[in-house]
Amino acid sequence: MSSAQFEIQLIASLVAIACAIPGTFLVLRKMAMISDAISHSILPGLVVGFFITQDLNSPLLILLAALTGVITVILVERIQKTGLVKEDTAIGLVFPALFSIGVIMIAKNANDIHLDVDAVLLGELAFAPFDRLTVGGTDIGPKSLWIIGIILLVTIGLLIAFFKELKLSTFDAGLSASLGFSPVIIHYGLMTMASITTVGAFDAVGAILVVTLMIAPAACAYLLTTDLKKMLGLAVFFGIFGAISGYWVAHWLDASIAGSIATMLGVVFFLVYLFAPSKGLIAVMYREKRQRIEVLLLTFLLHLKNHSEVEERHVNHLNEHINWQKVKSKTVLDLALKNNMILIDNKIVSLTEKGDEFTSQAIDYIITNEDAQIEDMKKHFFLFRG
Amino acid sequence: MNTKKNAHSKDENRNSLSADMADAGAIAVKVDDLTVAYNYKPVLWDIDLEIPEGVLMAIVGPNGAGKSTLIKAILGILKPIAGSVTIYGKPYHKQRSHVAYVPQKGSVDWDFPTVALDVVMMGTYGSLGWIKRPGVKEKKAALEALEKVGMLPFKDRQISQLSGGQQQRIFLARALVQDASIYFMDEPFQGVDATTEIAIINILKELRKAGKTVVVVHHDLQTVPEYFDWVTFLNVKKIATGPVKDIFNDDNLTKTYGINYKVSVQK
Repeated sequence: MSSAQFEIQLIASLVAIACAIPGTFLVLRKMAMISDAISHSILPGLVVGFFITQDLNSPLLILLAALTGVITVILVERIQKTGLVKEDTAIGLVFPALFSIGVIMIAKNANDIHLDVDAVLLGELAFAPFDRLTVGGTDIGPKSLWIIGIILLVTIGLLIAFFKELKLSTFDAGLSASLGFSPVIIHYGLMTMASITTVGAFDAVGAILVVTLMIAPAACAYLLTTDLKKMLGLAVFFGIFGAISGYWVAHWLDASIAGSIATMLGVVFFLVYLFAPSKGLIAVMYREKRQRIEVLLLTFLLHLKNHSEVEERHVNHLNEHINWQKVKSKTVLDLALKNNMILIDNKIVSLTEKGDEFTSQAIDYIITNEDAQIEDMKKHFFLFRG
Repeated sequence: MNTKKNAHSKDENRNSLSADMADAGAIAVKVDDLTVAYNYKPVLWDIDLEIPEGVLMAIVGPNGAGKSTLIKAILGILKPIAGSVTIYGKPYHKQRSHVAYVPQKGSVDWDFPTVALDVVMMGTYGSLGWIKRPGVKEKKAALEALEKVGMLPFKDRQISQLSGGQQQRIFLARALVQDASIYFMDEPFQGVDATTEIAIINILKELRKAGKTVVVVHHDLQTVPEYFDWVTFLNVKKIATGPVKDIFNDDNLTKTYGINYKVSVQK
């Protein structure tokens, strides 16, 4: 691995971390699409900044572009507040307008200089190691490494300082306001940080793929944990994994690095979506199947409880009485036997003490809807886990 | 005022007793000429309201009467277009530490990745202020509050895995942990089971006994006389406010809810 290769992976990983942190909060605030809006609408800010500074890496340019990002958020909210259109419509109105202003500005004024739409949209991660920062004649590394490194440090610093406030205002803006933590200030702080990160990341991965790095890792993490800190950690992990695996996929396919990173994150999300232990598709399907069987089990037990007559409890009669197909009855019978809820003596089914108690408890719960009673049952039965 | 008081003290009802004590006591919350509008349409119109210290008060009124809005305006969450609010004579932002708020359960996303204990800890954030993190002391207070609402065994449960009643108890615990003087609650009985409702009202009555002021947006008119000692009728304008014994009658109900509202008031 050459040093250029290492530098590219390092830059991509830092960008991924810097994006995953604000991305986690955007996902939790159901504002994922706002990152898409920001990433597009910073273009006019970039162009104006570039006209002024003539340098794509100038801090002034980053600030100007980030300002455009914040203006986007304000415009979206203003339009939404009129009540005439919904939020997604407002986003769809604002960012193409700002983006196209940027495109026209480039076409009119910047055709002869190094600023083209492709570079802005898709990034040129492969060239990042060539644009180096020198101090007093010494090479101290790629410029974009320094830019994203500084942005990441600021992001982590702010996250540590304001973790409590971010969590509170994301979960419960009303309480946050009443306790004196202005949700408006926190909201715009987060939006400013997301905008700055987007600008800082754009020349590494391009403005559009920033969206992937903000949303996909956070979405994967969301499906895997119920702890905000772990969610942040997992989002960072998935971001880095996407960055490095994406780089090597690009190397192998001789394709765009940014495109490969985004693709890898898409694949990772798909796998998590399928296999996440409790929220994943397979887990959900399994749970629903179990719940269906458990409802049948309960019906069956209730039938036994209601009918003391021997003929009602004969194995052969049960099929007809509850009117299930053979397979279904067997599953239910097996489940009941496995849990020691019934006894089969001479083909006559009867409830055990445990089965009897379980049925009473379950019926009681269904009638009163009181949770305290079923805490023990939750451990063994999906039905009562909501 | 005095004659009214004497009339009350004839019966030894706790409600009227504490109401009388409150009558003589300080004013916890004072609302003057408060008007709140959404998009220029007033939802609260020129509200004057005094909430005496130590009452357990229901705010009742039809849907869209501005009950939640009134609480939010008092707490500075919504900005009024006119009027003022004082808590013990000072503006709200100077009195935050004395006030606890329980928002409507439906106002938050219960799929948020956190556990019950953590939500209760949020009640301590106000006293911590910006940047400072909760520590051992805050955790202890949160555990005690969970104990009080009977939710200690659920402290590590992810909040989406709790039932509606349990979620409401968590919210109540979060308010208790603030150890405030005034509690505002937005429909704490909505969508909870009977046991939780009784548990909550018992805690509210305990708070009142401890001299706290409790203000509850309430929907179930039948339970007003049983649960509360003070009531405010609201429908965009304030219709009436005072002791339940004196003003909870068909006349005020009709004024608040429109055509001939009859409710069998248990006196």
